[in-house]
Order: sequence, then C-alpha cells, then structure tokens
Amino acid sequence: MRDLRLPDPRSCIAATPAVRDLPIAVQGLRFESGGKTLLDVPELTIDAAGPTMILGPNGAGKSVLVRLLHGLLEPAAGQITLAGRRPDRAARIRQAMVFQRPVLLRRSVAGNLHYVLRIRGVPRAERRSRVRDLLAHGDLAGKGHQPARSLSGGEEQRLALLRALAASPEILFLDEPTSSLDPAATQRIEALILGAARAGTKVIMVTHDLGQARRLGQEILFLNAGRVEEQTPAARFFPRPASAAARAFVDGQLLV
Amino acid sequence: MQDFASSLDRSIGLIISGDAELWAIVLLSLRVSLSAVVIAAVIGMPLGAALAVARFPGRQVLIVLLNALMGLPPVVVGLLLYLMLSNAGPLGMLQLLYTPTAMILAQVVLVMPIIAALSRQVVETLDREYSEQLRSFGLSRLGSVPTLLWDGRFSLLTAFLAGFGRAIAEVGAVMIVGGNINHVTRVMTTTIALETSKGNLALALALGTILIVLAIAVNAATSLMGGTARRLAHA
Ligand SMILES: Nc1ncnc2c1ncn2[C@@H]1O[C@H](COP(=O)(O)OP(=O)(O)OP(=O)(O)O)[C@@H](O)[C@H]1O
Ligand SMILES: [Mg+2]
Repeated sequence: MRDLRLPDPRSCIAATPAVRDLPIAVQGLRFESGGKTLLDVPELTIDAAGPTMILGPNGAGKSVLVRLLHGLLEPAAGQITLAGRRPDRAARIRQAMVFQRPVLLRRSVAGNLHYVLRIRGVPRAERRSRVRDLLAHGDLAGKGHQPARSLSGGEEQRLALLRALAASPEILFLDEPTSSLDPAATQRIEALILGAARAGTKVIMVTHDLGQARRLGQEILFLNAGRVEEQTPAARFFPRPASAAARAFVDGQLLV
Repeated sequence: MQDFASSLDRSIGLIISGDAELWAIVLLSLRVSLSAVVIAAVIGMPLGAALAVARFPGRQVLIVLLNALMGLPPVVVGLLLYLMLSNAGPLGMLQLLYTPTAMILAQVVLVMPIIAALSRQVVETLDREYSEQLRSFGLSRLGSVPTLLWDGRFSLLTAFLAGFGRAIAEVGAVMIVGGNINHVTRVMTTTIALETSKGNLALALALGTILIVLAIAVNAATSLMGGTARRLAHA
C-alpha cells in the first residue's frame, strides 16, 4: 500500500489513561436465542496490549460476542469480568462501540459528535474544536451541517467511528467498521484506529478483511459456529493458523 | 333556506368586519386551548416516553389504561373537575370555577392522555432502533428519554396537533367548568352551542367557519413544516 500523508490521528483523540479494565475474562459464557445456542465460550481472556482482531465466517457469532463483551446482551449463562470486576455502567462509559449497522442520530453530522462529547461531560468551549478536528480526521470537514442520515454508507461508517473515538474510550469495540469503505477511506480509518491503539485504547475489532487483520492485529481470535476455534498472536496466525477451520477460512479467502 | 342564506351572509360580514365580540371569543379559545396543549405536552411527552422505555411490572396495564383515557368523554371530565373545584369540593378554596384557568385545567386533563399515549408509540418505535446505541453510550433507560424525545421531534409534532385538535373542538368540559359567561369564559364551541339554541345563527356560523378554517390551517401548516423539516433532517 502506498504511503499517503495522513494527519497524526492522535491529535484529535484525547490521550487515554492506562486501560484499567483489562484483562477481559470470560467464563462459561453462553448466549441463546429461540432455543438455539448461538455462542458457547467456556473460557477466554483478552489481555494483549495491541488490537485483538476477531475473524470468522458469516453467522459465526462475532457480533454476538462483541455485544456480550460490551454488555449489550445478557448471557444465558456464564460471566464476564473486567480486571476481575463485574462490569457496571461506569465500565461501559469507558468503552465505545461501532456497530455493524451504525445508528446515527437524527441530527447533523457535527451534532452527532457534539452529542457524545456533551454526555461525556466535555466542556462546551472545548467541544467545537474537538468536533472540527474529528471531522477533519474523518474527511468529513465539509459535511458538518449535513443531516447525518443523508450520508453515504461509507461516510456513515466514518462518522460512527469518529463518534466512538470522540468519547476517548479505553476499550473500543469495532464491528466491521470498514466494510463499505473505499481503499483510501479504509486506510484513513485504519490510521485512526492505530492512532487510538497507540494512544492506549484497547481495540477489539471484527473484520472480514484478512489484510486488515494482518495490518492492525496483535492477536487473532477465530470464531466458527459459535465457538472460539483459536486465539493466536497475529505473527503466528498468518503464516499458518493452528485450527483446521481457520486454515480452511484463510485458504478460502485467498482462493476467492 | 332564505334564513340560512341571510345568516351565512351576515356571518361572513362578521368575520370580515373584524367584529370585536367575535374575535375576543376566538382569541380566548386559542389562549385556553394552546395553554392546555402546551402544558399537556410538557407533562405528557416525557411521561409517554418514560412509559415507552421503562420496564416494570404493570407497565402493560398502564398502557392499556392510558390508551383508554384517550377516549375520555369531555362532559365527564367537566363534571369531575366541577366537583373538585366547586365550593364544597377539595379544591374549592382556589376559587377557580368559571374562570379560563379552570377551562385550561379541564383541557389539560382531556388532552394529556392523548399526547402521552401517542408519544409512547412514537418513542417506543424509535427506541427499538436506538436502544442498543444509547445503551452503548452509557445511558440508562430513563436517561435516554431526552434523546429519544428530541430525535422523535417530527413525529411528536403530530401528537401535539392531535391534542390541539381535540382541545379546540371540545365543548362539554369547558362548558361545565367555564360556565359560558359572556366576555369571560365564552369560547368558540360553547358560543356556537348557545347561539344556535337562541337562534342567532350568524354568530354561530361565523365561529364554526373560523373553527374549521383553523383546523385545516394548523394541520396544513404543520404537515408542510414537519414534512420539510423531516426531509431536511432525513428523519
Ligand atoms: N437476537 C437473535 N435472535 C436470534 N438469532 C440471532 C440473534 N442474534 C444473532 N442471531 C444469530 O446468531 C448467529 C450469529 O450472529 P452474529 O451476528 O454474531 O454473526 P457474525 O459472526 O457477526 O456474522 P457476520 O459476519 O455476517 O456479521 C447468526 O446465525 C444470527 O442469525
Ligand atoms: Mg456481524
């Protein structure tokens, strides 16, 4: 990939203090719906400093897993602890998530960012400049006044990510945040994500893009049919995944 | 027929000539009903929204009750309020009976369930789309009410309008607690009822015409305004 000149992503993201909610530990976690077990994770610990990338085929349970970890879904059994504590609302406020289908508020583009800064208690005087910086970093500078709901799919995703970053989360869940972006926008978004990761945010990200997983990932979590098939450092996963399912997945992707 | 034609003729004259008595009645009607709807909205919208997002035992019963209250007969509301406000009643010392304040109160009671019930529907629909995102922002269920109300503002305009339509057209409640006193508590609907029974069709027809034009104008204006704003916001 050519080296584009990118703005320093860190300048718009308030530095995050050391993540106090790691490790994320999962024990006997099960999620069910309609009598079917959609996710079954006996044990999982996420502690790596760098981004954790979640890979797996459609319907594997990736979105369900991140929603459980973020506390949006109630598990049928098992528990999740953050640094040994049960998650509470204060912990959720230290997290942010970009959904696979972003929900933008019925306000302007800038209004969506102002909103998050306001509920996070950022002083009014600071908000304007923060919003301006964020918009510039997401390449949305000219669109601040446009209704958020009139953005294109890719612009929507960019705004959703900026909005998540605006909250300066300690843990950032991303569910396929670049699935409808063009290569240049993907690169900008990846720079933003890397910037946040370097600033100390723990990134947990679902993606279908193996190249992206390789570029960003410190460790890979591979899911298949509601189970975690393997959790491997990226440096070891990419030459050759340990599990047969992941190997088939990677080979399949390479063949396509 | 002769009679009707000449009444109509004179009623148009009343409207065009800016008859002072007629316009005083129109203004009082607007003052009473607009105050009532604003008060009802300030209470009813957050109430409906809270009912939409909160989860507690008995919630479904409350929703059924609220929906039933939408159809409260105005005369019954008038009667109950009359009993409360009359000298012997629990609120008798306020001396509100036969005042515009009593009429506002009656219409608040009448309109509030309508606005609350409609707001509940609007907010519940919006919440289905928003709830995970707002939870992710760290908002509690009740904490998400202001956001939902603001983002539902265009749909809530309809609830406000429905409330206004009900208030301005209602006779029974204002008649009982207002007393239809000349120059004090006579509004459009009560005047129409009284003047028709007295055979003064010109004034009744003039007020009836204004009432209908008002209803059409308010609806047209808001659907235009709401439609444009909604399109601009892509809501
Ligand atoms: N609330 C629910 N009720 C019933 N089934 C559900 C529910 N949520 C998810 N599922 C099912 O659980 C499975 C896993 O869903 P999930 O969204 O986690 O998949 P995913 O790995 O994110 O897939 P994709 O790559 O397509 O986004 C799917 O088969 C989905 O249909
Ligand atoms: Mg998914």
